[in-house]
Amino acid sequence: MIVRAQGVSKKFDQHLAVEDLDLEIPHGSCFGLLGPNGAGKTTTLRMIYGATAPTSGCIKVFDIDVAKQPRSVRARLGVTLQHNVMIDVLTPIDNLRVFGRYHLLREPELSKRIDYLVDFLELRSHADMPVINLSGGFQRRLAIAMSLMNDPELLILDEPTTGLDPAVRLALWSKIRDLRTAGTTVLITTHYMDEAQRLCDRVAVMAEGKIIAEGAPSDLIATHLKQEAIEIDCDPSEEKKLLALLPNTARTMRAAGRLVIYVDEATELLSSIDAVSKDDRHSRVIRPTNLEDLFLHLTGTQLEGGA
Amino acid sequence: MTFSLPHALAVWRRNAAMYGRTWMYNLLPNFFEPVLYLVAIGLGVGAYVSEMAGMSYAEFLAPGLVCVAAMNGASFEVTYNIYVRLTFDKAYDAMLTTPIGPDEVLAGEVLWAMTRASIYGGCFFLVLVLWGLAPMPSAILALPSILLSGLLFAALGIAFTLRVPSIDLFSFYFTLFLTPLFLFSDVFFPLEERLAGAWLWVAELLPLLHPVRIARCAFRGEFRAIILWDVVYLLGLSTALLWWSRSAVRERLMS
Repeated sequence: MIVRAQGVSKKFDQHLAVEDLDLEIPHGSCFGLLGPNGAGKTTTLRMIYGATAPTSGCIKVFDIDVAKQPRSVRARLGVTLQHNVMIDVLTPIDNLRVFGRYHLLREPELSKRIDYLVDFLELRSHADMPVINLSGGFQRRLAIAMSLMNDPELLILDEPTTGLDPAVRLALWSKIRDLRTAGTTVLITTHYMDEAQRLCDRVAVMAEGKIIAEGAPSDLIATHLKQEAIEIDCDPSEEKKLLALLPNTARTMRAAGRLVIYVDEATELLSSIDAVSKDDRHSRVIRPTNLEDLFLHLTGTQLEGGA
Repeated sequence: MTFSLPHALAVWRRNAAMYGRTWMYNLLPNFFEPVLYLVAIGLGVGAYVSEMAGMSYAEFLAPGLVCVAAMNGASFEVTYNIYVRLTFDKAYDAMLTTPIGPDEVLAGEVLWAMTRASIYGGCFFLVLVLWGLAPMPSAILALPSILLSGLLFAALGIAFTLRVPSIDLFSFYFTLFLTPLFLFSDVFFPLEERLAGAWLWVAELLPLLHPVRIARCAFRGEFRAIILWDVVYLLGLSTALLWWSRSAVRERLMS
């Protein structure tokens, strides 16, 4: 196991941010920590790389107790923080050089590593511009490059694609997959369910400091949900009629003014649903169930910023 | 976790890399300040002062202003700049994802503040040498007082910065702490001649008084036993303050 957390809790004054958390991340896997803002994801990460100590419990990374030897652990992992931390007035190359020195890299290895990462994350075209002039996508790629300076065995990504456009997200996902293929273990937090579904072998869903479900994304969906979801905007009187039409096995959920119906086979229901509704229902969506549905199902809450 | 000097130096190099890009804007104002005081007060007011403590007024003023330059260099660094790195840039959060720990962050920042103190104090010292106001070679012995001023005002400023709730309160530190020190620490007039005996003991509490006394002794080429006390004061207070700040750094970075 690359990460093994046992009975970990973290208390801030009176607030319990993480409660009795158990976590195992095997070598070479991509593990996703899902949950809304304030669920305790970032605190969990900070405890894993030793930036804050658990109030109780024990975390071992590479079989080393993080609380006792944070330096040996951090020498072998890389972290991309939620917010980009870089020196605005310096170029990407200078920022990478500063960060490489945090790991005591020296020339010629330092320049070699920078050269490799500038190519790997496709930063070459802007490598000599002050960071302040770079787009959000470039800055994010630079942030990831910085966390790779020490060629880490474990890469921790805290919401790597929040606020990025779809093309940049796709590009970053492919880089993360490349790293995994090369043997890096990846721990990622996100509140984008599509991101977790595309990247992660296993996910743990967190809410209010606790893990409420854990497993492979497809297994979790199969265990907890039907195969398809129909989303409809409808008023309460229509809802009543619609619910009367549904088979007993169907589940429904109201989320933000929309009715979501979970069934194994959606097409059979469509004609009867259309019969109830008066308009042409362009707001109606049929789609496979996803992790977001799972989250709604498990917590009954809407994910902030969910895709 | 044992202390690692190479990691502290990596923190120092981060600041040096950043300073390398902006030194023109940073250096000039701080450098001109003591030069302006020297011209306006040393030469301007000094024209009406026949002598002070047995020398021309500009000669009296020169060594104290070296220490003031060092004090200012260190103080700006450990107040506004550290506050920005801590609160807005989150630079230390990034360092704590690497083998750097809170002690290395603290040590790196102190070393960097001492470096900036040396840059300002050193540049002003050079002006004095060219002006003929620093008698050579004895004035060379004033250089350690630049480093000691840097250390002490780094320690004082960091202790304040780690506990200050808002960036607006730094104006209090400058106006109500550093400015009175600047005015009443033997820089402009000899305290020994202006204060009654009992008050002289109280004046010994003033942090800037001590490096100024060391620098003035060096400029005069004389040794006084009291500068041993000055060195003890500077090292002792700095160590105590930094020790006190260790836990505050830990608390701020690792909560």
